[in-house]
Amino acid sequence: MRTRMTLALAFAVSAGMATAAEIPPTGVSYEDGAVAASLSGTPGNVDEGRKIVGSKKLGNCVACHAVSDLADVPFHGEIGPPLDGAADRWSEAELRGIVANAKMMFDGTMMPSFYKTEGFIRPGKAYTGKAADDTFGPLLSAQQIEDVVAYLSTLKE
Amino acid sequence: MNKYNKIATLVGVWALSSSAAMAGPADDTLVLNEETEMVTRTAAPAHLSDVMDEVISGWHFRGVETRAMQADDFDNPGMIFVEQAQEAWDTADGSEGKSCASCHDGTESMAGVKAVYPKWNEAAGAVRTLEMQINDCRETRMGAEAWDYTGGTMQNMVALIASVSRGMPVNVAIDGPAQSTWEQGKELYYTRTGQLEMSCANCHEDNYGNMIRADHLSQGQINGFPVYRLKNTKLNSVHARFKGCVRDTRAETYKPGSPEFIALELYVASRGNGLSVEGPSIRN
Repeated sequence: MRTRMTLALAFAVSAGMATAAEIPPTGVSYEDGAVAASLSGTPGNVDEGRKIVGSKKLGNCVACHAVSDLADVPFHGEIGPPLDGAADRWSEAELRGIVANAKMMFDGTMMPSFYKTEGFIRPGKAYTGKAADDTFGPLLSAQQIEDVVAYLSTLKE
Repeated sequence: MNKYNKIATLVGVWALSSSAAMAGPADDTLVLNEETEMVTRTAAPAHLSDVMDEVISGWHFRGVETRAMQADDFDNPGMIFVEQAQEAWDTADGSEGKSCASCHDGTESMAGVKAVYPKWNEAAGAVRTLEMQINDCRETRMGAEAWDYTGGTMQNMVALIASVSRGMPVNVAIDGPAQSTWEQGKELYYTRTGQLEMSCANCHEDNYGNMIRADHLSQGQINGFPVYRLKNTKLNSVHARFKGCVRDTRAETYKPGSPEFIALELYVASRGNGLSVEGPSIRN
């Protein structure tokens, strides 16, 4: 009896922690494409976010979007709108929703969904051309999304 | 400001910056060896009338040096591989002791062939690419081993056969028995694959002329294949290029020579109906 109680308690504690700490990609709640709650429960880091937006190995956001603040990073794309002034146009919740899964706000947008793990056609294992395996995860982690949102929130004109 | 006003503002800013940043396809004319004027821009074929007015060769999306290199056979590194294929053309191989030249006249007799491939083959009851036809000749008529689909020996021969059609308009048939394969290819063209969920159309129909990082997006036309790429200094097959693109959507790719890529090749070739055959062309 005591064992069962302990087990139940342990389960409640871990489940409770998971909910408070991190929302999984399948559990994100969108309202008109915006996501109000932090995905990680930890405030985003602006400097980390700046790195993720500019890095080819991380978010690679500049492949499609120009950002004046990232003038030190060569070759910005022109597929999507420039990110200058993004924080004037969008709230934090809207930015979080757009980065996590822009298709929730803009139906049919070309923008990849950075915090999504389901519903893909022929998902691969990164850029190997091989099928996805059990290492498959979202393009960015919950904390990385929060870092990007924190950085985008500084882009005011 | 509501969401829709924001979107309108965004689109406005975007349109301004795009037109300012990039001039789109280069305004230039490709004259091969100072004698053959190539059709590198022309009215889109009828089946594309809903999506674009003009089809444009990838040649227009490359830099001035790359464009010049393709205009002269002495400067075009792809022509070295054509010469190698010329040797293979005349060399007997296989149990029948035959070469290509045993059945075909000179390589000039192949003029017009590349322009209509992929093509329905009645005996096989399927659409065949030029690579498949070459391997059928090797196995059935020569008693020789099939060449690797994307390998150098095969692509050299495809380049040789393409080279004698340069200047002739691409004209693949999309109706009749080829239609169902063509439809399958069209479906693949618009399917958003991989973790990045991108289709061919996302880049090559909706965004040609725009920069994606350091890359100037073209229409993804294949009239210039096989392509000598400056980045890997060899001839590249259509299917290897398709594979690279699909891989870059973080997808599980299809295999070169697969039914999917055969269908996609027919469809993409048909999007360039009317452009001159350019292979071997030069791209980055």
